[in-house]
Amino acid sequence: MNGDFIIQNAPALLLAVPMLAAFATPLIGRLGSLARNIWVIAAMTLTSAIGLLLAYDVFTAGTVLYTFGALDPASALPLDSGGIPVRIIFTVDAMSAFMVIIAAISGFAVMLYMMASEAKGSGKDGFYALFLLLIVGILGMVCTGDIFNFFVFLEINSLAGAALVAYRVDKGVAVEAGLKYAVISTIGGLFVLFAIALLYGQYGALNMAVIASSMQYTGLDKIALVLFLSALAMKSGAVPMHFWTPDAYSMAPGSITALLVVASQASLYGVFRVVFTLYNVALDYAAVGWIIIILGVLSMFVGVTMALVQKDVKRLMAYHAVSQTGYMLLGVGVGLAVLGQQTAFDTFGFVAMEGGIFHILNHAMYKGLLFLTAGAIFYRTGTRSLNKLGGLGHSMKWTMIFFIIGALAIAGIPPFNGFASKLLIYESVFLFNPVLSIIAMVVSILTLASFVKVFHAIFMGPKQPQYSDVQEAPLPMLVGMAILAVITIAFGIAPGLVVDSIVAPAATALADQGGYIASVLGGL
Amino acid sequence: MDIVATLVTGFGFWNPIIWLAVLAVALVIAYLIWLTGESSYKPGTEQTKPYLSGNPEPAKQDVHVGGGHLYWGFTEAMRGYYDRIVPLHTGVLTDYLLWFFGIAAILILIVGLI
Repeated sequence: MNGDFIIQNAPALLLAVPMLAAFATPLIGRLGSLARNIWVIAAMTLTSAIGLLLAYDVFTAGTVLYTFGALDPASALPLDSGGIPVRIIFTVDAMSAFMVIIAAISGFAVMLYMMASEAKGSGKDGFYALFLLLIVGILGMVCTGDIFNFFVFLEINSLAGAALVAYRVDKGVAVEAGLKYAVISTIGGLFVLFAIALLYGQYGALNMAVIASSMQYTGLDKIALVLFLSALAMKSGAVPMHFWTPDAYSMAPGSITALLVVASQASLYGVFRVVFTLYNVALDYAAVGWIIIILGVLSMFVGVTMALVQKDVKRLMAYHAVSQTGYMLLGVGVGLAVLGQQTAFDTFGFVAMEGGIFHILNHAMYKGLLFLTAGAIFYRTGTRSLNKLGGLGHSMKWTMIFFIIGALAIAGIPPFNGFASKLLIYESVFLFNPVLSIIAMVVSILTLASFVKVFHAIFMGPKQPQYSDVQEAPLPMLVGMAILAVITIAFGIAPGLVVDSIVAPAATALADQGGYIASVLGGL
Repeated sequence: MDIVATLVTGFGFWNPIIWLAVLAVALVIAYLIWLTGESSYKPGTEQTKPYLSGNPEPAKQDVHVGGGHLYWGFTEAMRGYYDRIVPLHTGVLTDYLLWFFGIAAILILIVGLI
């Protein structure tokens, strides 16, 4: 296997490696825990490396097409197919590559972390297998150019996620949370499947580019749009369909919660992919843009105000995840609302999209970090209650430092990465509608207030007698947190580089429906 | 370095390097002010013990203010809002589904009428 082979087959290997590793993990586990751990570490490291390599290829050489079961995309088009490709074509453009980077980094950091955090738990063969399947689901959703294939990976994502939420049982509470997540995800999955059926029934195709090029925006297309929008917005945790998030995020192990954030972002990517790539020119930009904006504003405000009154640190962080998703919806929603007005889009719409997309990356890093710190605290103390915790700054100094970095970043305090993306959103959205920008700033202030409360409750105060023997988190957990902390700082220090090299190309790829269609149909 | 750090927003720019330089200067000034402080302070002596008007010092776990006690004033001022928003979070799965279906129905009406 040489370098060229890996690059040429990167989209397939990106899924084949973790999928094969997942199904083989229980078998490898029979050789012993050390062999299994090495297997999982190697699989995730290789997956992340392939993901980053693929992303580099996309950002330097353009959209990568990969046709399954054929040597090249043109072979996906039999003579009697009427111009409709019959094979699954992965279409990895800059937006997909951007999401792959997020999954690769988060997956790697989480994998290191859970080697220690799950060391005491039982059933690790299944746990690690489900973790790798969750990675498969996320990567498949963001890479595929086929809507039915998107549904398949959405289901893998949901089922693996729900099983992991319930995995530690926790007197049945975790199982209840996992069941809720599974049921609502399944209903959402059925919405998506029905929407796909409506499109397939009309256009006889499942390839996104083919459907986009023939989109008529009929009544059935409108119903399909609503089914996609509501299901994927629900899966991304948008208010008022967010109710499952505090349950699932708080009961999942800390490592898995950090990855559930990325899993939700894959659904958010789905929302953006549907409106920008599948429909785009067929849409009433202002109307659909405002739907996304309103979902965003509701998510920001309700999320943060609900977070303020929480007494469980992970439920509090889960509501903040909802709130931060609102920023992404707001930024990209404003970009969509003015997509048809060239002057407005050039003046502030594109910057708003950049801000929203940059915030996806930043949020995955700092929110992942915060959930890992919460997991470390639970690992050492056995509680998530802010009323019971206290004085841990004396004994968990590194965890405290990582928490401070994550908390300042989520509150949009310079020079951390959260500030850079929020600044882009504030300034661009202000030109669209000043009230929305002011709401976004107020939400940031409330976010800071909320994390001051958490910091005080967990780390400040005298050393508590019941936590006198608490030690710092194990080294692998610290390394996992350190990776995300370093990226949180680095992206804050060099925002211009990140925006120019990966965020702007992702925003351009998302907005340019014609380019997406041409990249696929031109290759057939 | 400037290109790496500077984020052009379209309306201005943000350069964290400049911000960090200003922060460094502010920290130096703060340090200089700190140097002018009382130098006879000795940690771990009578100086650092809490003075409670002669009353005995409570146990450590009794003096820490838990997170649940913070922002009481804020939530009290927003009682009208919280009295409505918190009960909506019932924890009941069928309620979650009802909201999901309700929003889908509203969106069908909005998108269908456009």
